[in-house]
Amino acid sequence: MSTISDPGSDAAIGGERFRLGMLLSDTRYRSYTFQFIALVLLILGVSYLVSNLVQNLNELGLNISWAFLAEPAGYDINQRPIEYDSQSSHGRAAIVGAINTLIVAFLACVSATIFGIIAGVLRLSNNWIVARLMSVYVEAFRNVPVLIWILIIFLAMSNAFPQPRAFRGETPDAEMWLGMFAFTNRGVYIPSFINGPGSGLFWLICLASLIGVFVYRWYAKKLLFEKGQLLPMGWPSLVILLVPGILAFFALGQPVGLESPELRGFNFQGGIHLRLSLLALWFALAIYTGAFIAENVRAGIQAISKGQTEAAGALGLRPGRIMNLVVLPQALRVIIPPLISQYLNITKNSSLAIAVGYMDITGTLGGITLNQTGRAIESILLLMLFYLIVSLSISAIMNVYNNSVKLKER
Amino acid sequence: MPSDVSFVRKDFVEPSPPPAREAGAVKWIRENLFSGWVNSILTLLSIYFIYQLVTGAWPWFANGVWNTSNLAECRAALAGETGACFSVIQDRWSQMLFGISYPSEGYWRPTLAFVLLFVCAAPVLFSKLPRQLLIASALYPFLAYWLIWGGTIMISIMALVGFVVGYYVFTSVEKARGFAPGFFAGIIAALVTWWLGGFVSSAMVGFIALPEVASRDMGGFMLNMILGTICVSLSLPLGIVLALGRQSDMPIIKGICVIFIEFVRGVPLITLLFVANVVLAYFFPPGTSLDLILRVIIMITMFSAAYIAEVIRGGLAALPRGQYEAADSLGLDYAQATRLIIMPQALKISIPGIVNVAVGLFKDTTLVSVISMFDLVGAIRGPIASSTDWTGIYWEVFGFAALLFFIICYGISQYSQWLERQLATDHR
Repeated sequence: MSTISDPGSDAAIGGERFRLGMLLSDTRYRSYTFQFIALVLLILGVSYLVSNLVQNLNELGLNISWAFLAEPAGYDINQRPIEYDSQSSHGRAAIVGAINTLIVAFLACVSATIFGIIAGVLRLSNNWIVARLMSVYVEAFRNVPVLIWILIIFLAMSNAFPQPRAFRGETPDAEMWLGMFAFTNRGVYIPSFINGPGSGLFWLICLASLIGVFVYRWYAKKLLFEKGQLLPMGWPSLVILLVPGILAFFALGQPVGLESPELRGFNFQGGIHLRLSLLALWFALAIYTGAFIAENVRAGIQAISKGQTEAAGALGLRPGRIMNLVVLPQALRVIIPPLISQYLNITKNSSLAIAVGYMDITGTLGGITLNQTGRAIESILLLMLFYLIVSLSISAIMNVYNNSVKLKER
Repeated sequence: MPSDVSFVRKDFVEPSPPPAREAGAVKWIRENLFSGWVNSILTLLSIYFIYQLVTGAWPWFANGVWNTSNLAECRAALAGETGACFSVIQDRWSQMLFGISYPSEGYWRPTLAFVLLFVCAAPVLFSKLPRQLLIASALYPFLAYWLIWGGTIMISIMALVGFVVGYYVFTSVEKARGFAPGFFAGIIAALVTWWLGGFVSSAMVGFIALPEVASRDMGGFMLNMILGTICVSLSLPLGIVLALGRQSDMPIIKGICVIFIEFVRGVPLITLLFVANVVLAYFFPPGTSLDLILRVIIMITMFSAAYIAEVIRGGLAALPRGQYEAADSLGLDYAQATRLIIMPQALKISIPGIVNVAVGLFKDTTLVSVISMFDLVGAIRGPIASSTDWTGIYWEVFGFAALLFFIICYGISQYSQWLERQLATDHR
């Protein structure tokens, strides 16, 4: 060991001059050695795999090409959010599938959140029987694979709902619910909007009043914080939300109407047709993930110490306000990170659509397109890329939200 | 002593019993079920719901038919009444538990392996049991392989010998030269032993041999159990390595681990199974043919390793900084500090998370039915649903499948909660 004689000199900082052996024996340099070895091994491994790939493809007379995306797909997709027919390209089929994935994922996320919050709060209820019932719900759904739930719900729906022809005749076996909703084993038919002349203005007014509600609430909050003046919240919001829309609806001469589905021939026409595959997948994902979210909500509420509730009570807040102003804002911080990962799980589990024949991107790109063209590597690469982009965007969006509600520490 | 007080009570008045509505069952019901109008409505709704559920399910369950050989006979036996055809379970239990093509005279083998799994896992799960029993746990993987796949027992013995040799070389070299040289020396010693052992086992094919069963003949719930146990046990060490890599100061190693973890966590398991099914074979040298089950094990292990790595990273991050610094100040090097100070604590914190991942993974093994492997769900959707005898039956079979999964998963999560209480050494 060299003695410290001259601070600032190379010997004092480095101890001794660099030797090659120090790459292994000196902890300061050893990490470079390790990283170098890891990098070399990684490059060797990857190049080994790639050379195998190239060799295998050559032997089979295959190549990597993306041209199949422009070729006509030749198969039909039963749920088409955008224009598509069997002459459209494989690329377009993949886009249709991607939109279908996003549709079911969005629907399931919203309903799973609702199920989860209700079940989570009720599980903490003082009501013995309700709390037990919710425990049974949570345990039953958390401990059984989601694939089994999807299949059970799909089969139960398609066996329990009557055929469309049961709605026919003088004394039909089945009746439409409220005269507007038809539950059949081909799917559920719900009424749709018909947009007449002037409907654009009507929707615009509805949107404006929705924004108006938020503006009013923001203004009321600002007034409260700055001047201590408390404006009523409930009924003005309701008035702003409903009155302009209703006035416009009649002033413009009822521009928007409802079209109910009707039985014509062998099937229902008109309205919106929700296929059983979509409904089963949506419902199964929502109720399965809802059980997980319920646990997160329960944990979040329990994480808030009782002292917070008691302190809020000592300040004279009413129970509703204690929940809204003290407990929930703090519980939300605990709930949101696991909630993000549940949303990600829903998106990824929506790929189980393939089990019930819902044409999401796994069904189109990873299913029929892959089997028809034999372009396995390209299709699966695209498929993974899609899910990766969706997952990363969801976590990015939710992280922004999470940062906005996060505890602001010094 | 004379007193001007005329009367003094000698004893206390017996407390009168509480009013009937403030005691016993009535009080409990008033407080728990009907404490307000919201609660009362909820209670009545729940009772109505339970009533509907029970009256709907009970006749179905009670009228169940247990001994018919197809659905038509079962419907005839029910004669129009509501009732379940449990005879499908009695008729097809072997397909649901062991798959279509596992030889029926060998059913005792996976069953024995299943029972032994609990026996041999017990010393790992319950630390109160004598520690010598851990030897049985260590022997279990080799025994189970021999039982389920068959062949000569020499394969398992040689595999075991390789591990033992590797371990002894590791400990002796580690004492002299440190962790890393010991680690690599151990791996090389094990590889050499396995290479030599290959000759031994191929020379002694008939030595205590069971009839061989090919991997593609595995199916049913057995396949779910095999995939679940193997993949969880393999992904645990891999996950630890990935988590340590992600926490490391070395940017390249950290980068590799981050990319791997984030990639795997960002894609659904189904796409990875597609990879196992159609793409993975392209990456092996031409001419090698890996079993589908092996390829699936590789992909599922990668999948769960990424999730376990994230859980363990959480445990590592939750450790107070002082633990790392204390280990450093004792003069422990990285391997020692990690093995003796950091990992025991980090793993303890991560146990609930790891169990969650394990349960999730076990449930996700049903996804292999999508790539046409006949696991429990695959057996139901394939041979049972498409057979002429039982086509159109679903509640009974899926209910059976759900029950099997529920028992295992609920059991595991109850164990994990118990273990959490046992390990809670902090002050409350």
